[in-house]
Amino acid sequence: MNTVPAPRRLLARGVGHAYALRTVLEGIDFELPAGRVMALVGPSGCGKTTLLHLVAGLLAVREGRIESNFSTPASVFQQPRLLPWKNALDNIALGLKAAGVARAEREARAAELGVRVGLAADDLQKFPHQLSGGMQSRVALARALVLGPDLLLLDEPFSALDVGLKAELYALLAEHLAGREMAVLMITHDLMEAVRLSDDILVMAASPGRVVARFALDRPAARRDDDFVYRRTAELLRDATVRESFGLPPQVCAQTPEDAACETALQAVHTVRPGAAPARGGLRC
Amino acid sequence: MNAAVRWLAGLPAYLWSGWGAVASLLLCLALWEWLAGFYGELILPDPRAALSTLAGLLAGGGAWSELGITARRALAGFVLALAAGSALGLAAGLSMTAAMMSRPVVTVLIGTPPIAWLVLALLWFGAGDGTPVFTVFVAAFPVIFVGAMQGARTVDGQLAELAAAYRLPARMRLTDVYLPHVLSYLFPAWITALGISWKVVVMAELLATSDGVGAALAVTRSHLDTAATLAWILAVVGTLLAVEYLLLEPLKRAVERWRSTT
Ligand SMILES: Nc1ncnc2c1ncn2[C@@H]1O[C@H](COP(=O)(O)OP(=O)(O)OP(=O)(O)O)[C@@H](O)[C@H]1O
Ligand SMILES: [Mg+2]
Repeated sequence: MNTVPAPRRLLARGVGHAYALRTVLEGIDFELPAGRVMALVGPSGCGKTTLLHLVAGLLAVREGRIESNFSTPASVFQQPRLLPWKNALDNIALGLKAAGVARAEREARAAELGVRVGLAADDLQKFPHQLSGGMQSRVALARALVLGPDLLLLDEPFSALDVGLKAELYALLAEHLAGREMAVLMITHDLMEAVRLSDDILVMAASPGRVVARFALDRPAARRDDDFVYRRTAELLRDATVRESFGLPPQVCAQTPEDAACETALQAVHTVRPGAAPARGGLRC
Repeated sequence: MNAAVRWLAGLPAYLWSGWGAVASLLLCLALWEWLAGFYGELILPDPRAALSTLAGLLAGGGAWSELGITARRALAGFVLALAAGSALGLAAGLSMTAAMMSRPVVTVLIGTPPIAWLVLALLWFGAGDGTPVFTVFVAAFPVIFVGAMQGARTVDGQLAELAAAYRLPARMRLTDVYLPHVLSYLFPAWITALGISWKVVVMAELLATSDGVGAALAVTRSHLDTAATLAWILAVVGTLLAVEYLLLEPLKRAVERWRSTT
């Protein structure tokens, strides 16, 4: 008998979603195999969170299909969503408790991960209202990682953190990725973060939410240095589809007139779309 | 270990707030003493007279049994209201229709004066335990019902999603997500209802029964014994204060530690 298990993967085909009569997602296709990181970028309100909730099974898929044979998915929501009556340690251990892990073991594992995400021992005893916003989002991240998931769904988990902490948590995530065949689907507003962490980038546009561009990063994440990240981010930001999806005006270039890409962008300057959104601060590149 | 440290750290503040309460009570006593000097023995005996009468009543043993009878009736009505109000209120909170339909009923229940219920209860139950217990129940029920309904209505949908995403089993959803939230609404409602029960039972006894603190008050009134009247009032208020500050308040602090803003 051939008992080779099917390779783990997450598959979305023609996924759409509507809240009441408003279509917010249309024709989403992607495939995420184990061991890969996929970043989902797009303007605010284009339906990224909705897509993640569909994948997590929190919303019923009514259009298209989502298939997943990952066994232990874990989510980090856009808001920390900590239980206000549990201290940080018990919040981290929530999923372990649900899985029936004994108290002593789950507390030990939760404390270990709490320290790994940069929380002090006495912070772990505090209730959520006594923690800063960044501490709360680290608790939420630890709550997901402590389960050792094979599919990690992240909704802007790093947006409340300073650069130093971000770098630390990127490293932690990389370590978790290296250890096991974990797949990550990650929403971010930060193109640089997407370039640093992911293997595939899906760019979404709004009304209705759809995928307008896909980029694959060939160099493995471990070998990407700052220089690579800056360069690829700049390239991404020069891409006309990306700019349009974020409502940025077509690129006007001042510094290097001999830059061919800039040249064409300059050629392409035409009347800005009426009602085009101004460049927003959400894009931190 | 940590809990003990936190308790010790919080102790001075709690004691200090206790001194504040004692000080304001003593101020009231002083005011009473001053008014007593003004109006004279028959209208308003001074606190010492009332306290010594109370001490006499307690030493005689009769006061304890009257207080016991009153407490039994108040608790019976309160426990009935607690069970029915919590269960029905939670059920109503889970359904939008039920919540909307029960709202005017609750408003009517809260708006009807307890004395009106008492008269009805006298007609229905006559003199005996039934009348005070029923009156207490009707007065306390809507308060608890509203608290339970609010608690169930305001359960955070985001936390419910969290429970689903982290595959919490049904039992854990109840104990770790829903109950703590609902309790934070129920507990204050229970405390308010207990205070109401204790007040209403005395009123009901005054008109409906031949024993209990209320009946004793009726007797002192007919004897024009103001000192004894005040002694009974002290007994009732003192019991309520003791239960509230020695039992319920610390309990509430322990249960709602996660809420405190310190
Ligand atoms: N529960 C809901 N009911 C009705 N409409 C909703 C609901 N949740 C989201 N929407 C709408 O769906 C659209 C997409 O929302 P979604 O939260 O998925 O955006 P997003 O891409 O995650 O945005 P952001 O980057 O700001 O988090 C928005 O226009 C929003 O108003
Ligand atoms: Mg979102």
